[in-house]
Amino acid sequence: MASLNINGRDMPVDADPATPILWVLRDNLNMTGTKFGCGAALCGACTVHLDGAPIRSCVTPIAAAAGKKITTIEAMESDKIGKAVQDAWVKLDVPQCGYCQSGQVMSATALLRANKAPSDADIDAAMSGNICRCGTYQRIRAAIKDAAKAIA
Amino acid sequence: MHVEWFRPVTPAHARIVTRRGFLKAGSILGGGLVLGFCLPGAGKFAHAQPARAPSYAPNAFLRIAPDNTVTILVNRLEFGQGVNTSLPMLIAEELDADWSLVRSELAPAGEAYKDANFGMQMTGGSSSVKHSYLQCREIGAKARAMLISAAAQGWKVAPEACRAVRGVVFGPGDKKLSYGALAKAAMALPVPDKVTLKNPRDFTIIGKPTARLDARVKSTGRQKFGIDHREPDMKTVLVMRPPVFGSSLVKFDAAKAKSITGVIDVLEIVTEAGGSGLAVIASGYWPARLAREALIVEWDDSAVEKVSSAQQLKDYQALARKPGTLAKPADISKLAAAPKKIEAEFSFPYLAHAPMEPLNCVVHLKEGACTVWAGSQFQTGDQNAIAQMADLKPEQVTLHTMMAGGGFGRRAIPNSHYIVEAVTIARAYRESGRSGPLKVVWSREDDIKGGYYRPAHVHRAEIGLDEQGKVLAWNHTIVGQSIMKGTPFEAFMVRNGVDATMTEGMREPYALPMKLSVHAPVVNVPVLWWRSVGATHTAFVMETLIDELAQVAKTDPVAYRKMLLGDSHPRHMAALELAVAKSGYGKSRLPAGRAWGVAMHESFDSVVAYVVEASVDKGVPRLHKVTGGVHCNRAVNPLSIEAQVQGAVLMALGTTLPGAAITLKDGVVEQQNFNDYVVARMSDMPHVEVHIVPSTDAPTGMGEPGLPPLAPAFANAIARLTGKRLRSLPFDLASA
Repeated sequence: MASLNINGRDMPVDADPATPILWVLRDNLNMTGTKFGCGAALCGACTVHLDGAPIRSCVTPIAAAAGKKITTIEAMESDKIGKAVQDAWVKLDVPQCGYCQSGQVMSATALLRANKAPSDADIDAAMSGNICRCGTYQRIRAAIKDAAKAIA
Repeated sequence: MHVEWFRPVTPAHARIVTRRGFLKAGSILGGGLVLGFCLPGAGKFAHAQPARAPSYAPNAFLRIAPDNTVTILVNRLEFGQGVNTSLPMLIAEELDADWSLVRSELAPAGEAYKDANFGMQMTGGSSSVKHSYLQCREIGAKARAMLISAAAQGWKVAPEACRAVRGVVFGPGDKKLSYGALAKAAMALPVPDKVTLKNPRDFTIIGKPTARLDARVKSTGRQKFGIDHREPDMKTVLVMRPPVFGSSLVKFDAAKAKSITGVIDVLEIVTEAGGSGLAVIASGYWPARLAREALIVEWDDSAVEKVSSAQQLKDYQALARKPGTLAKPADISKLAAAPKKIEAEFSFPYLAHAPMEPLNCVVHLKEGACTVWAGSQFQTGDQNAIAQMADLKPEQVTLHTMMAGGGFGRRAIPNSHYIVEAVTIARAYRESGRSGPLKVVWSREDDIKGGYYRPAHVHRAEIGLDEQGKVLAWNHTIVGQSIMKGTPFEAFMVRNGVDATMTEGMREPYALPMKLSVHAPVVNVPVLWWRSVGATHTAFVMETLIDELAQVAKTDPVAYRKMLLGDSHPRHMAALELAVAKSGYGKSRLPAGRAWGVAMHESFDSVVAYVVEASVDKGVPRLHKVTGGVHCNRAVNPLSIEAQVQGAVLMALGTTLPGAAITLKDGVVEQQNFNDYVVARMSDMPHVEVHIVPSTDAPTGMGEPGLPPLAPAFANAIARLTGKRLRSLPFDLASA
């Protein structure tokens, strides 16, 4: 029985080591905040943090997480930067359908953790892997800048 | 590789074929259920029968709890367009609720939730706010009257001596009771027949930029979508559908698939249009995916048309030069002898909707009952389709409306195909001796390759002008598949062989001598409406040709449009003038290498005009800024309208990008995922400013109207910069 450290807790997981983290989260652990959008690391909906760095959980097997810390959207409310990002998201009315937003928040939080005052080019680079079909990118950009001010 | 083929028919894996097949047109809506349907562009309703008086039962739409929270049921699908905030705003206004205590929920399929104009429960055509405006306000006003009556009766005073303010009823003296305290008594009272609505001057909620009720749950991962739904003992299903539409299984080998841990079975099923496929049933998505990849399948596609896009384009171009079915008459006798001529041919590819949440459906089929959870835009039709496929009455079917991760038209399906497919699978599962809930999930590849695209189109224009550039005659032909043919909506939407969804947006409101004809070939590719429908191609053709005509007439493109509009289109005029005024067009100087582009289009009764700034960077068109002027009558939620326009701009921009096309070769769709079906990303987003023309008329919708004018405005700017006229989407500047 494998064990994964998710949001600070060690959780036993009965799954093949090649199973992507995404499906262990969604199907084994019923943690559906992390979304399935493409299954091929092309859309970013499945973004989680592995030792703080953003990864696409749909193509990362749980074997790659052995001995590391997985953080998901469910933990962002209790994270200083994650909460600031979510507050900015709400303040600027970012989501439309909302399906991509878990991944957007995870990517934005990782960006701000690494870069306290990202430029437009920095935002493009960090966020272009997260697709939003509703087209909320303008408000996402504004919300990232708003969150950056809040945590400065 | 040597493979042992299983013959498909064995006792253990009896071929499950539901003879019912997929449902015939007309059956799923039930005879006489559809009372009327909007002819797009006409702004009118085609009534098949006199409209029934709709039931405005406050109890079906409102729950007021003892703690004073007001839960409003929304009879639409929320897929990002904001109805689960804007419709509650309408009810809360007349209810005089405390907005901070308002919550919303999506209503299941039900009689009380039918759209009063359409006679069925549905979401689409940018119609939710437009159709619900009065109904929601009446519901709120009636509930308010009942709360006041309940208070008045309790205090033994006249209702006129009471007033309701933000969730509290005040009586004479210092009498007061909150809605929560009054709700039980109030909702037991008879619903008043008549009610007085507020004077809009007194609105405190409607018209204010209002944050979404679901913003926080959607930012924290707490919002559950259809794909997240779980039932006890539920299994996950992935379907292997025929790669060529309508083809069938010859034989398959599921031995390796079934040996994968977590796989329960592989069942043969009937699929659409006479086809067949396999349903992989497993304990979760991952084992289902591995099992599906391990299936070995042989298909027979000999009986179906195998489309190749390259040949289709040639065929469509040839058809466009032949006389078609007349759609709009005009005298074009002056065409042949016209001193100047413009001949232009346009092409548009198939487009996939690709909502971020792929299609999914949870179905629990029991004896005498069926429950389904799905992000449905057509609850009445879907409920009837489930009943038919499950051999039940509609009353035995419960359809829960789930929050949907995007729609853009993909979830409004006249033949309910993916829901019928899920019920088919549930029947096969039961016939294999099992029971329990099943979640059918579509992978992204299933979505991209699964059909139901915006149809491919070719347009051909032959325009005759005089020496001054005035249009003397315009002969126009459109070629493309009819979306409505073969659906229950055909009777309303296809008249004299012309599908209104193909021609909407052509000619009007401009006064032009255009004769319009159409060809609607039948092609083996399923098609569907895609956000703004006919306007996705007609607006591009109209607004780029208008721009070219303005150039030939040596007239500014804004002035040229105003001249064509004349005096009878004040909403168009106002939207255009607002976009011009706010953009700096004609006033500011653009940086070197940038040009202005203008376009304007009315769709679904709203008008949007864009003035854009664009450049060409190493041969690549680049959109920098978009200023929008919007006329949608009274703006119920300006914050939501802004979001819809920004989103529509981005989606339209996506259609201009190389790779934004579905193509087929020998019947197989060539694209598979976001690597080769290109959509717009953060780095593509221009700066969008939205301005709304103030108006007090009853609201029109904004889900779709922001889309059509963007691509032509962008193309017009490119034409001003390069002298090249773009005649296709996606843009191909190198070939222009």
